[in-house]
Amino acid sequence: MATITPLFAPEQGPISSSKEAASASLESLLAIRFFEEAVDGLFARGLMHGTMHLSIGQEAVATGVCAALRKTDFITSTHRGHSHCIAKGADLTRMMAELLAKQTGYCRGRGGSMHIADVETGNLGANGIVAGGIPIAAGAALAQKIQGKDNVVVSFFGDGATNEGAFHEALNLAAVWDLPVVFVCENNKYGMSFSTAKSMKVEKISERAAAYGFPGVTVDGNDVDAVFEVAKEAVDRARSGGGPTLIECLTYRHKGHSKSDKNLYRTKEEIEFWKTKDPVGIFETKVVESGQLTTEEVEQLTQKVRDAVRLAIQEATQAPDSDPAELLSSVFRQVG
Amino acid sequence: MAERIITYAEAIREAIGQAMEADESVFMLGEDIGVYGGAFGVSGDLYHRFGEERVRDTPISELGIVGAAVGAALVGMKPIVEIQFSDFTAQAMDQIVNQAAKIHFMLGGELSVPMVLRAPSGSGTGAAAQHSQSLESWFAHVPGLKVVLPSSPADAKGLLLAALDDPNPVIVLEHKLLYKTSGHVPEEMYRTPIGVSNTVREGSDLTIVATGVMVSRSLEAAAQLASQGVEATVIDVRTLSPLDMDPINASVAKTGRLMLVQEAPKHVGFMAEVAARVAEGPAIYSLTEPVTRLCGIDVPIPYAPQLEKAVVPQLDDIVAGAKSLMRGV
Repeated sequence: MATITPLFAPEQGPISSSKEAASASLESLLAIRFFEEAVDGLFARGLMHGTMHLSIGQEAVATGVCAALRKTDFITSTHRGHSHCIAKGADLTRMMAELLAKQTGYCRGRGGSMHIADVETGNLGANGIVAGGIPIAAGAALAQKIQGKDNVVVSFFGDGATNEGAFHEALNLAAVWDLPVVFVCENNKYGMSFSTAKSMKVEKISERAAAYGFPGVTVDGNDVDAVFEVAKEAVDRARSGGGPTLIECLTYRHKGHSKSDKNLYRTKEEIEFWKTKDPVGIFETKVVESGQLTTEEVEQLTQKVRDAVRLAIQEATQAPDSDPAELLSSVFRQVG
Repeated sequence: MAERIITYAEAIREAIGQAMEADESVFMLGEDIGVYGGAFGVSGDLYHRFGEERVRDTPISELGIVGAAVGAALVGMKPIVEIQFSDFTAQAMDQIVNQAAKIHFMLGGELSVPMVLRAPSGSGTGAAAQHSQSLESWFAHVPGLKVVLPSSPADAKGLLLAALDDPNPVIVLEHKLLYKTSGHVPEEMYRTPIGVSNTVREGSDLTIVATGVMVSRSLEAAAQLASQGVEATVIDVRTLSPLDMDPINASVAKTGRLMLVQEAPKHVGFMAEVAARVAEGPAIYSLTEPVTRLCGIDVPIPYAPQLEKAVVPQLDDIVAGAKSLMRGV
């Protein structure tokens, strides 16, 4: 097992003003960054197959949002979902094992990068279908309401998903039923290659909430404090029966869409500009300058996370390969 | 004691009501299932008995409501989704095919989707091409879905209760022409096992395999044939996935003649699978005549009554098909 310190919900932000919260959030940011870099490296060396959608550059969204959640709260995630898994507390070894097609992976090698779920941490699953998880999140929230529980469901999705019918149907259901769900859009400017400037007429995706009669807010998705603040407000509102919120987090992926991307649709200048807004670097600087963490503490944390990712790779590599013998008996949950 | 006779629609309603009384995680959602009582009157008074939380009227939003059912099922509920016409499942296919069917397998086995999706299927109501299809083979083709077609009031209740016990997604396609038909239905909660074909009539001359409304139509045909000296076995497949071939193979071994009857279009239809499985096993050596498939013709269901009847096998077609199979006798 290789896990990181769980994120937790301070009663009040900003996260960077509390040592404990700052440390946990930085650990999450670094874990996502290093995990994704490791995956990128393994793929480049031919040690990982399939395809991967990396969250490098978008770490602050998952971190800031999940910091506002309890362990019993649920999330649904996307094809670019490693960050959500990690921020919600997944075991890095089981994640890496899944990507390496091992029997000990979260999906026993049947799902791969796009389908990691973790019941233990309330992760109802990443999803290979754009917007596929959004109605599911609404349904999980409906169940909380019917069961009289106060858990909240967060649905992560990208800008591209907001042009899908599933997005609009789910937001409408959540609205008319006042469901405890928070819709978190990671607007990284592109649905694969197609820019939001071309794919929609609205200036802000958060404006789309107005069509369903609940609040929508746009926030700097590279700023953990800013993301946490709006997420906490939305989660508290959902938990207390105030219904859904749409949060648009403005962010950027440093890497291509997937492994086939040649970056033909965006400029080097644009990519370089966004690298100057690196969420990990920004938060690191902020917590050191504010005095919550010393440079040495940041270095120790960095080393700790590097070791955790290395351990995850080691443990996963040694695990047995996934087993074809169990395929046919795994399609249905056995009755009785 | 006299047998209790109720309709197919009443049998379904009774099953839902009993399931809701027995298990508070069971709830129903769908369009116009509340005060309206359902487009075909199936939910009836359930709204008044169980309230708007558990008999939940939804916006016209098939993709959204099936997705909501999937999500609720993932966290401990047992949703029954009613899709007003099975044709409208096309609106919700992502959630049925890409999500519900695959979650248990694809996500490693910890999660499952104990959802029941009910939908009225089939033609015969003059509703034309977008409200009359028989889409069962779509669902049967997707690993991870169980597909059930009850052909009688008793099976409508028993199969629905079995579907609710099942931890996997079950698609229940109810035939519109059967809703008002009546039959004996025991009052207690009983289960009709999923994955067991049902021999509804025994006869030594030929084997008729049918689904949905074609079961009662085949039984009628068998009665006519009997008066002419031809005894047919009629097997109701009942569950398309998983498919129980045992009684079919056993019957073919005895009769040597096989007629397959479905309402859905012939091309790539479910009965092609039955024929293929007979051909793959030893039963093929018992056949004395080629297999006959009596199916819907490969056109969209038309509106005019004479056109609609011309598309789908009728009683006379089944009798004629059987006689043709017996021509060498």
